[in-house]
Amino acid sequence: MKPENRTILIVDDDQDYLFQLETKVKQFGFKTITAESQQEAEKLLEKIKPDLAILDLMMENEDSGFILCYKMKKKYPDVPIIIATGVAAETGINFDIHDENNRKWIKADRFLDKGIRTERLREEIDTLLLNNNK
Amino acid sequence: MSTLKILVVDDEPGIRSGITRILRNFKVDYPFMDEAFEFEVTEASSGEAGIELIESNQPDILLLDNKLPGIQGVEVLEYIKKKQKSIIVVMITSYASLELAVKATSDGAYDFIPKPFTPQELKSSIENITKRVFLKKMTNKLQDTGKQIRFTFLSVLSHELKAPLNSIEGYLKMIRERQNGPKLDDYDVMIDRSLERIKGMRHLILDLLDLTRVESGKAKRNITEVDLVSVARTAMDTMRPYAIQRDVKLSLHHQGSTVIQGDAEEIEIIFNNLISNAIKYNRDGGSVDFTLETQEDCMQIRVVDTGIGMNNDELGKIFDDFVRIKNDKTKNISGSGLGLSIVKKLIENYGGKIEVTSIPDQGSTFNVRLPIEKPCS
Repeated sequence: MKPENRTILIVDDDQDYLFQLETKVKQFGFKTITAESQQEAEKLLEKIKPDLAILDLMMENEDSGFILCYKMKKKYPDVPIIIATGVAAETGINFDIHDENNRKWIKADRFLDKGIRTERLREEIDTLLLNNNK
Repeated sequence: MSTLKILVVDDEPGIRSGITRILRNFKVDYPFMDEAFEFEVTEASSGEAGIELIESNQPDILLLDNKLPGIQGVEVLEYIKKKQKSIIVVMITSYASLELAVKATSDGAYDFIPKPFTPQELKSSIENITKRVFLKKMTNKLQDTGKQIRFTFLSVLSHELKAPLNSIEGYLKMIRERQNGPKLDDYDVMIDRSLERIKGMRHLILDLLDLTRVESGKAKRNITEVDLVSVARTAMDTMRPYAIQRDVKLSLHHQGSTVIQGDAEEIEIIFNNLISNAIKYNRDGGSVDFTLETQEDCMQIRVVDTGIGMNNDELGKIFDDFVRIKNDKTKNISGSGLGLSIVKKLIENYGGKIEVTSIPDQGSTFNVRLPIEKPCS
């Protein structure tokens, strides 16, 4: 599927992870905008509307990703959001967004582990954008 | 006032009413408890009735005779063991053979009161058991709180350790795939970033070791006379190369006696952390003033820097585990986020205190009070 002129917002407070993810997403053919904190992302979102967002979970707040996701869905309800987390395995928390209960408050479209393979990430992005094709 | 439920299972009515009478107005009160206990007694004349009451009433303590009309006391005990009821059992019996004692104990009986017993003997046993019940409840509460704190700490810790590893791995993969072309020079940034992350991990691991040492409490502490001036000088000498790099001036001021009872290594950790922070978060060309002075039975240690300062929100968080202030001004400052939490724990171990005041963009002042001998006023 051709990326065409889609812009993906990436938010993460780890500058190295941010750089590496941005590089990957650019290689997929997408345009990218980045932010290094929840606050920075909120400022950006006042001016722009991305086609998809990939958000880190823990930034200046333990649940920065959730907060950002919630705010984004209120402002741009049709923009798909992926929350990337590095802690799922340790906490044993399995965010199952197919569970009705979780669906109500989580609001993210996908929960991905930060370590997922590049091809899988590509698939997830493509699926979300396809479902959203206007 | 808390109430513990006691069930008496005995086929002799005299025994049952006697126990009820003795325990009706009995109260157990310990100075270290912030609770007092009183007792509510229910009676059963057979093992079967006893079991029914165990199910319906959920007593905390069971006073159990062995010789009963139907099933015997030991069978009630077996029932309790099988159903894993959390109830403390005291055997009250006139037929206390060794065999019975061994069987009952192995089936979970906590105590034996042979009949005939005096009111005092009964009260002593109940008092003992009450203490045990209280301690068990407290331990369960602490374990749960402890588990939760440990859980959060571990998940943040694993995040802090995994992140640099993932980043370094990411860069190495990019280098392997020659993403920037064939020239090695073009990979300098990736290599430098990887080295930077490794430095960060090393720092974190060393801080974790310090933290383990602090948390384990009774770790080998060597309390001697420590001259704080000489520890401060050593800490400053250690930090001097970094201070020179940042063009930050370090000064030491002291007045009067600066000797306290303490563990030199611990004091060094405290001073190293405070001075290192004062330089790290300083502006180029700024200064750090380290002052020691005696105030009655305490040493007052003040570290003043001319750095980026903190707002009230930030001030509230800095002593928490893994908290590093993240804003525009701290973008290039690295750290584990554990330094101040370790410092605070160490100071509190001495019965001392640490406070901080700060003005954003002007600087921060850390005030530490350490007892000279006994905990400070």
